[in-house]
Amino acid sequence: MSEPVHAAGNHDADVGMDEGRRDFLFMATGAMAAVGTVAAVWPFLSNLRPAADTLALASTEVNVASVAEGQSITVVWRGKPTFIRHRTAKEIEEAQSVNLDDLPDPQADAERVKPGEAKWLVIVGVCTHLGCIPLGQKTGDVKGDYDGWFCPCHGSHYDTSGRIRRGPAPANLAVPPYEFLSENVIKIG
Amino acid sequence: MSSPEFSNPIVRWIEYRLPVFSMLNHELHEYPTPRNLNYMWNFGSLAGFCLVIMIVSGIVLSMNYTAHVDYAFASVERIMRDVDFGWLIRYIHMNGASFFFIVVYIHIFRGLYYGSYKAPRELLWILGVVILLLMMATAFMGYVLPWGQMSFWGATVITNLFSAIPLIGENIVTWLWGGFTVDNPTLNRFFSLHFLLPFVIAGVVILHIAALHQHGSNNPLGIDIKNKGDTIPFHPYYTVKDMFGLGVFLTIFMAVVSFAPNYMGHPDNYVEANPLVTPAHIVPEWYFLPFYAILRAVPDKLGGVIAMFAAIAVLFVLPWLDRSPIRSAKFRPVYFVLFWVLLADCILLGFCGAMPAEGIWVVLSRLGTVYYFAHFIILLPLLGLYERPIDLPLSISKPSPSGTSA
Ligand code: HEM
Ligand code: FES
Repeated sequence: MSEPVHAAGNHDADVGMDEGRRDFLFMATGAMAAVGTVAAVWPFLSNLRPAADTLALASTEVNVASVAEGQSITVVWRGKPTFIRHRTAKEIEEAQSVNLDDLPDPQADAERVKPGEAKWLVIVGVCTHLGCIPLGQKTGDVKGDYDGWFCPCHGSHYDTSGRIRRGPAPANLAVPPYEFLSENVIKIG
Repeated sequence: MSSPEFSNPIVRWIEYRLPVFSMLNHELHEYPTPRNLNYMWNFGSLAGFCLVIMIVSGIVLSMNYTAHVDYAFASVERIMRDVDFGWLIRYIHMNGASFFFIVVYIHIFRGLYYGSYKAPRELLWILGVVILLLMMATAFMGYVLPWGQMSFWGATVITNLFSAIPLIGENIVTWLWGGFTVDNPTLNRFFSLHFLLPFVIAGVVILHIAALHQHGSNNPLGIDIKNKGDTIPFHPYYTVKDMFGLGVFLTIFMAVVSFAPNYMGHPDNYVEANPLVTPAHIVPEWYFLPFYAILRAVPDKLGGVIAMFAAIAVLFVLPWLDRSPIRSAKFRPVYFVLFWVLLADCILLGFCGAMPAEGIWVVLSRLGTVYYFAHFIILLPLLGLYERPIDLPLSISKPSPSGTSA
């Protein structure tokens, strides 16, 4: 494009100032556009999060009086299977005697049960690898090489404390928040 | 390029206002195509046809499908039993996905063999890999919709892949699910996205074709077009050849749809989803098996996920890993061998992915995975330096200088 010749003189003097002003306007506009874009996109992304009713899922209360020693039951908490095992003395002994240095995700058995309630193990029955449900709840099930649970999906072995011992899973089976309401009633969540 | 003269007055009236007829004529008739394309060049148009099959059958299915955990399984059964020709439409859609992948995988290996990813077709290739990724996402989410056991557990395992991301992984997975497990919100959003993505694919396909028409098709010799004698018009020569290929494809496709519609599926998916029981063997659809094998080959969770995504990511940079200026494997004696080994390796990985991750299968998956990456990251760059190619022909229509006929 051709410059208008008559303006050349005055124009030159203004150039520095104009450029600075332009840069400022340009950046200010850009910044506002960026803020506006984020503000517009955010509700759409946030919309995909669990809705209030999903979050408000009530806690689960379980009466474990009928679970005999050596037995396990599965209850549903937040849509996830939750394992409650009434451990035998041998299982407790196995869980407590492990050298913590041998564990991929070191955690003492005492930290995974309530004080004085070592016979009750309460864990979320979702494999920490990719979310399958480990076997070991039913009598005939394979329990893996450590007498606890075995995840058939990609071969993770959990011990009698629900800790990962071998296989691709990176972490122990999670212990959900729970409390004993009375001797035989557990409230999960 | 001369504007063609149309005699029909209506055509001329439209052409004057919207030049669609000269565009069609340009793309189909004047568009010069190498005269030596073989049947491997049928698979691009076949893939386009598959996309149309999927969109048409999918839209009809969605008119009877219900995206709700309590009704989805039953609504698909209703489509199969009560809806007129519902069984046919569903089997077309189900097997159409498999055939789409067969066609696209052949199309990709064609590109690998003839070096179609090399300059000036890098972007064309990259758009193709984008389409592959979108197809995988679409097929994965579609497989969740019938809400069978494999649907549910496949969705659980695959979405959990993202939990491998350090720190924010768990949050991302909850966000993907819209809950604490794969559940109704998950099914609903998957249906929505499964409906949308094929149209996104159609958009990328248009770009893919625009990039193709910029420099035209590669050809079995992998050399550039030198003169007019090297080319023939696309129409009628290749339109007819494509139609013939389509006929063969439809014959095989409809034979499978009619006589073995569940051959490529998994019986567990006819059991309704049960969030409390994982089936003993979870296997993805066959077209994901090689990637699944790579995922399981790595003993570390994050490592496995990275390796699996890297297996596709490496295709994006392939044009820069393969430094050889020669395109076609016909003139690359060592690459020729490596190509077939890579193909065998991918098939081996496919078998490993279908087997339980135990014993020999773990070993084979690991070897297969290492070789897969070695092919792209080590062998191809080295070949570019050390391989001695065979003399190229002077042009598509002239014999080669050393007398090797093409
Ligand atoms: C790239 C194209 C597409 C691919 C690869 C694809 C793939 C799939 C797959 C693998 C299934 C599961 C089939 C089964 O096991 O029953 C499925 C189901 C379904 N798809 Fe698609 N699809 C595509 C396009 C579409 C489109 C465009 C729509 C709708 C507009 C659609 C609607 C549906 C519906 C409603 C179902 C559930 C019914 C059923 O399971 O048969 N699909 N899709
Ligand atoms: S999901 Fe349990 S081992 Fe992979």
